[in-house]
Amino acid sequence: MNTSLYCHPHSTVNFMLVPRLRYSIIMAAARKPMRLKELEGYLQDVEVFENPKVKLEQYPTTPHIAACMLHTITSTYDDLVDKTVADLGVGCGVLSVGASMLGSGYVLGIDIDEDALATCSANLDEFEMTNIDLLECDVKSLASSEVVNRLHGKFDTVIMNPPFGTKHNQGIDMVFLQAGLKLSTNSVYSLHKTSTREHILKKASDWGVDVTVIAQLRYDLANTLKFHKKKAVDIEVDFYRFSHKR
Amino acid sequence: MKLLTHNMLTSNIIKGVSNGFPLGIVANKVEVKDVDFNQSFVLKTLSKVDWNALRQAATQVGHGDGLPEELGEDLKENDDVLKKIHNAMLQVEVVEGELVCPETGRKFPISNGIPNMLLLEHELQ
Repeated sequence: MNTSLYCHPHSTVNFMLVPRLRYSIIMAAARKPMRLKELEGYLQDVEVFENPKVKLEQYPTTPHIAACMLHTITSTYDDLVDKTVADLGVGCGVLSVGASMLGSGYVLGIDIDEDALATCSANLDEFEMTNIDLLECDVKSLASSEVVNRLHGKFDTVIMNPPFGTKHNQGIDMVFLQAGLKLSTNSVYSLHKTSTREHILKKASDWGVDVTVIAQLRYDLANTLKFHKKKAVDIEVDFYRFSHKR
Repeated sequence: MKLLTHNMLTSNIIKGVSNGFPLGIVANKVEVKDVDFNQSFVLKTLSKVDWNALRQAATQVGHGDGLPEELGEDLKENDDVLKKIHNAMLQVEVVEGELVCPETGRKFPISNGIPNMLLLEHELQ
């Protein structure tokens, strides 16, 4: 598959506005064995959805976004090396593969869609990733406060690119976030629409977790979900770190 | 499905099931994959594992040999045992089979190494 369709050199994603991120990437490049560009290069070989499902908002995380996220998570916060990691809405697995490359001890990728999991599984075989496990399960069922799930509190770090929620599915990203907070003991890294920032900061405060907007980026949905008719539909997305108070 | 993953799964998402742990395992195909051994990671992860369930699961799928009944204090000094635990926890994988709810007998298929824990509408809590 031609991944360049999903990763235009000009139009896709630019990390911007937050100088701290740039700094961290430069710092990371100086001392980490795998440089950002190298990681992004590897992640370009992760196959993406063959027939993305609009209902599940299956736009792939581009190699560039994935690499930038993961590199920041490890270089600024040291939340990957030797950690147990859950990837909610794992999709084709680009975040999980990257997390494993950067030294996670064990990764569990969770998704509701068996076609996505089949593609993901093929990617894991291709990359010979043996410390990533996959689970077919509805992330919504992990967000409930009434049922104490054994998955709760078992992961150091949760990473995700959740569905952003459409008018038919509003708030789904917040359900993913709740599930992420339940599963993790330390931190959750996630992407949400910039237009909802105020709401998210308020929710984080209601839930008693610390929150940082690490970066703001542009996400080119036009090239990911085929049903978009317009040439380019950049949406602005925030990259967040949520962490449990110590 | 690694046995570490099995250790974190329950069927208490089904309406009427209170505990749902540990899930029984029917293993039709088991593989052992190489995962780098990392002593401190194994020790850290073990602290969150239900050891009896892990040992029982490893025995069920034919890889329980040499696993201690109880985890002693001196585990840190015993790399041989830790490597066996590492194997049971992270290397042994059920590729084809089923997970079985201990309370209702509801079966969850494992196919291509992926357990399917999706429920039907009427089974939901």
